[in-house]
Amino acid sequence: MQLNNEFMIQLYRTMLMIRRFEEKALDLKARQIIPGLLHLYIGEEAVATGMCAALRRDDYISSTHRGHGHCIAKGGDISLMMAELLGREKGYCRGKGGSMHIADIDLGILGANGVVAAGMPISGGAALSIKMRGKDQVVACFFGDGGSNQGAFHESLNMAALWKLPVIYVCENNQYAISVAQSRSCSIRDIYLRKDAYEIEGCMVDGNDVLAVYQAAKETVDRARRGEGPTLIECKTYRWRGHYEGEADRTYTYRTKQEIEEWIDRCPIKRFQKVLLDQGVVSQVGLNQIEQEIQSDLQKAMEFAQNCPFPEPQDALKDLYYEE
Amino acid sequence: MREISFSTALVEALKEEMRRDERVFVLGEDVGRFGMIYVAKPELWKEFGDDRVRDTPISENAIIGFALGAAITGMRPVADIMFCDLLTLAMEQIVNQVAKVRYMFGGKIKVPLVICTSLGGLRFAAAQHSQHLEAWFSHVPGLKVVIPSTPYDAKGLLKTAIRDDNPVIFFEHQQLMPTTGPVPEEEYLIPFGKADIKREGKDITVISYSLMVHKVLKAANELAQQGIETEVIDLRTLNPLDKEAILKSVEKTGRLLIVHQACTTGGFGAEIAAIVAENGFDLLTAPIHRLGALDVPVPYSPVLENFVIPNEQKIAERILSIVSQ
Ligand SMILES: Cc1ncc(C[n+]2csc(CCOP(=O)(O)OP(=O)(O)O)c2C)c(N)n1
Ligand SMILES: [Mg+2]
Repeated sequence: MQLNNEFMIQLYRTMLMIRRFEEKALDLKARQIIPGLLHLYIGEEAVATGMCAALRRDDYISSTHRGHGHCIAKGGDISLMMAELLGREKGYCRGKGGSMHIADIDLGILGANGVVAAGMPISGGAALSIKMRGKDQVVACFFGDGGSNQGAFHESLNMAALWKLPVIYVCENNQYAISVAQSRSCSIRDIYLRKDAYEIEGCMVDGNDVLAVYQAAKETVDRARRGEGPTLIECKTYRWRGHYEGEADRTYTYRTKQEIEEWIDRCPIKRFQKVLLDQGVVSQVGLNQIEQEIQSDLQKAMEFAQNCPFPEPQDALKDLYYEE
Repeated sequence: MREISFSTALVEALKEEMRRDERVFVLGEDVGRFGMIYVAKPELWKEFGDDRVRDTPISENAIIGFALGAAITGMRPVADIMFCDLLTLAMEQIVNQVAKVRYMFGGKIKVPLVICTSLGGLRFAAAQHSQHLEAWFSHVPGLKVVIPSTPYDAKGLLKTAIRDDNPVIFFEHQQLMPTTGPVPEEEYLIPFGKADIKREGKDITVISYSLMVHKVLKAANELAQQGIETEVIDLRTLNPLDKEAILKSVEKTGRLLIVHQACTTGGFGAEIAAIVAENGFDLLTAPIHRLGALDVPVPYSPVLENFVIPNEQKIAERILSIVSQ
């Protein structure tokens, strides 16, 4: 696949932005500036980046509890995200949602979700709506290896297949659902093979290779746009941090330090950096500049968030019902 | 007496019952080597292994259905559902099957099944991880509903639940897990349907359960300094319910406030209010009051959460306003 330099650099920039955003969030959580639960995407950046690079602005995604990466890759505003994490009035959800409920309907981000696999039927419904409205949009639905064991997974794949809906089910197989290894929760080794139960297309890709993810995404998105129905993509990857921030003391009860380090060696960002340098897409100076730009954007987002007031207590009573 | 945490008390109860009866086993997400998400103690798994402390896939409806199938064929499962918010995924099995099979089959089977679940939120966990759904289950005939507030009660009631031949839903408040309290070394059981009078008083009865009991006690102790004597009752189980203790206390004080963390409308407080209105109207010298969360999903931001969920101050204010009426 021939990709122009600008596009490749944008992929890199997105991955790095996700990484730096998550590192910032990690730091803020450690200092108790972020009050709520936090599930970080560090190590999995190539999946959201490669997938969303194949989407248009008017396409939809549905996300998970580990959703910051999806949101950034779909074009989410990091200032509004940061303000939400800090529980501020101008955050994406006016402080009502926090990390697990960030949504931006204008960008087609149908919401992070606190309930595993809950986005799967919602994605199917969005795809049904696209079809009924006669549009050529598509939906990318992110979910985890653990999510693939929910009834919602099976019910959704069947309905989407039955009605040939334009939805791409993207399994982020980071090999664990909290402490439960995939081998102890799925009867099947490769989750994408569940495609056969519904007679849909599917494939497995290296989820730490952003170009491989992009290529698979592009093919399946094109197919969905042509009205050829749903796809199940499995991206094998790994989460570097604990399931949630604060898990550290229990991390080695279910996986080894060595395993974590092996996966850190396969860092999707470092890997892509090497590709860019080897192919002469960008110079080291260019990379440094990108880093600086990202740091400066993040700094601005932090300032925005920290200068933003908290909501008024009574705001808790607003937004429940739509009123003219 | 030694002091142990709420979570240690739960693990002790499970351990003792699993040693006592090999039909008892635990299943649920991350119950094994991770030691359950809020309990954070892998002792059970270390002693009993994968077979009797069984990690499951993220499949709540199947977890409950499998537990039910095992329960009616000779086992005594304890099914753990990580958050009460996720009981919603298993509502079919809980409401249509677990609660009803014995009755529908003419009383010919027993359902020795315990469903343990955490509730109430760790603070700032937002709308899908902070709910307090106990009232839903109290509305389903066939289920017993247990909701302790101390390590002592947690241990004694969980042991009773495991030995019960009926389905029991056992709610553990996430914020109570690390709290400690006295628990004797020797074995004991606590019967269902016996409320605990936490504090005696003559001016007003405050009925509560779970975490809110502690907030009510703090408010009551504050008010005692102003000469207001609050009687505090911890229900401990909602079904069976200790109606006698409620009415007896109202007879003494003439005033009643019910406090729970669940949102007010349709909460368990409404049931207590109705019982007292029906059976103790003449005992009352003031209208019955309820204090629950405001009727919105629990919001994330600390300012908003604090506004929505009852706390010591709001409880004290409400008590004051009732007694000064
Ligand atoms: C239906 C449901 N069950 C359980 C949980 C608790 N929980 C939150 S995340 C998680 C593990 C999810 O694993 P996976 O789908 O692989 O996603 P990952 O965390 O690995 O990204 C669990 C069990 C939940 N939020 N929703
Ligand atoms: Mg996973």
